Amino acid sequence: MLDAYTLQTGTGFWDPVVWIVVFLVAFLIALAIWLLGEKEYPRDTQAVKPFLSGNVEPEKADVHMRAGNLYWGFTEAMKGYYSRLVPLHTGVLNDYVLWFLGVMALVFVIVGVAA
Amino acid sequence: MMQELLLQNLPALLLAVPMLGAFATPLIGKASGGARNLWAVAIMLATLAVAVLLTAQVLSTGTVVYTFGAETPDLTVPADSGGIPIRIIFTVDAMGAFMALAASFVGLGVMLYSFASASRSTGQNGYYALLLLLVVGILGMVCTGDMFNFFVFLEINSLAGAALVASRVDKGVAVEAGLKYAVLSTLGGLLVLFAIALLYGQYGALNIAVIASRMLFTPLDQIALVMLLVALAMKAGAVPMHFWTPDAYSMAPSSITALLVVASQASLYGVFRVVFTLYGLTLEYATIGWIIIILGVLSMFVGVTMAIPQKDVKRLMAYHAVSQTGYMLLGVGVGLAVLGNQQLLDTYGVIAMEGGIFHIINHAMYKGLLFLTAGAIFYRTGTRNLNQLGGLGHSMKWTMVFFIIGALAIAGIPPFNGFASKLMIYESVFLFNPLLAIIAMVVSILTLASFVKVFHSIFMGPRLPEYADVREVPAPMIIGMALLSLLVILFGVFPQEVVDLLITPAAGALIDQGGYIASVLGGA
Repeated sequence: MLDAYTLQTGTGFWDPVVWIVVFLVAFLIALAIWLLGEKEYPRDTQAVKPFLSGNVEPEKADVHMRAGNLYWGFTEAMKGYYSRLVPLHTGVLNDYVLWFLGVMALVFVIVGVAA
Repeated sequence: MMQELLLQNLPALLLAVPMLGAFATPLIGKASGGARNLWAVAIMLATLAVAVLLTAQVLSTGTVVYTFGAETPDLTVPADSGGIPIRIIFTVDAMGAFMALAASFVGLGVMLYSFASASRSTGQNGYYALLLLLVVGILGMVCTGDMFNFFVFLEINSLAGAALVASRVDKGVAVEAGLKYAVLSTLGGLLVLFAIALLYGQYGALNIAVIASRMLFTPLDQIALVMLLVALAMKAGAVPMHFWTPDAYSMAPSSITALLVVASQASLYGVFRVVFTLYGLTLEYATIGWIIIILGVLSMFVGVTMAIPQKDVKRLMAYHAVSQTGYMLLGVGVGLAVLGNQQLLDTYGVIAMEGGIFHIINHAMYKGLLFLTAGAIFYRTGTRNLNQLGGLGHSMKWTMVFFIIGALAIAGIPPFNGFASKLMIYESVFLFNPLLAIIAMVVSILTLASFVKVFHSIFMGPRLPEYADVREVPAPMIIGMALLSLLVILFGVFPQEVVDLLITPAAGALIDQGGYIASVLGGA
């Protein structure tokens, strides 16, 4: 029966049903481990607060990581790439048209040479 | 009798139903807004039903040919026409039917979603009429077997799309985006028209099957090919002609953006139809295949890397749409590059094409879903700025679940549909050129990274004071997102069923140029 759900990719295969069964088993094991944990820990005491080297914990909203802070390292490492790529996106319609015509001219040349 | 008449005229009905719906919508809207909305949904439901019936007919009986104005729809070549099919003919093969089905389904999801998302906007009569006209344009492009007719539907597609992009006047920016889309679409349309004129001048016919049967690949044909290829690739948003997509996709209402993705895919369909059916083996398939592959790789990589630093969630998603189009171009480009080598075609070319085509419908579903979730966020918060959002997972749980489904699907995480089509592309493209497959996988990883950022920025974190009153979106918007989510999951869990039913016939139809020609000319 499983064969009917197995995706043949030419050189391999992929069976999502088996994957889901394995995922569910892993989930149930994880759930079982979680349920074995301590249930009666004191919720409203210092035990649940983060330890910040003795500093007062800021308001939750103040420490929310905004999008602009994410992947700073990636964009910084790729600065050379982005410094060339981003300026090409000028937002100017004339540039859009020029790119379009430029690509067409290039493809003309390639097809002409190949033919 | 009635049933027979209906089944005999399905291709015409596929266009007539939404077209009638579009023109009647403003009239009904004059009487009642509620009636207009119900009418628009009913029309879209009827269109989907016709698309389903037509697809079933194509899959059971083969290519469906419909001649407008003839005594019988299958009379393609009149006795006194000199052997030329002079009337407009719809030629719906498995590829066309597949595209029509995908477009109709997304159209229905969008229509249901618009019920609530457009409820606070003015000009709803025009909105629904244009939305249905956009559907007409898409369906016409994928069903017609006539080049000039293709141009006409491309124009309907472009005009309705540009008007809808500009429909939400946002300090003039939406109008600017609509204008950019309109100018570029017009330029592309003009080149398509000029290419058609070149072909007509040489072969004295506009029918795709007739031109294909006479194709000599002369220098004029090569000029026409380049114009068609580049203009349609630009309309599909391929890099480096993608610049209009972030502008148009981000400024259009989200429901419209979801359908604009499908409209772009109709142009992608045009690229595939031109190279495989119109030109076929006469063209330098290895060269053109590589041109399409390079456009695909550029689109994948530039799209995803431009998405990562974006702060506007819809611009970010627009760049991802560009990136995902690259996968489709890559898969089908590989198939084209080995078109003349039957052994390579059988070994990996067909699977690559099937992966690319499967990705079209998968992308339509999950990208449509993601744009709808972005619209839901905007509907409740009034902003698309990721730096201002946060903590919405507390109050918009359904939207968050739908977003997770869409995000995992676009990143190619199992068991969602994006994984299935990407796996087919990876494995087959690896045999063609391992470097291309590695780039495709790296792009998937970057896609996941990008959507982790979006997920965190919008849904995670504490409930922010400025969004304390935010609650879940209305039921029609949830239903629209749920419809697409359901398909994302089903296509992911049962991919082989979809491939067997829709994808393999579609890829086969693209490759089988002789079959397409014979369906119109009767083997002449």
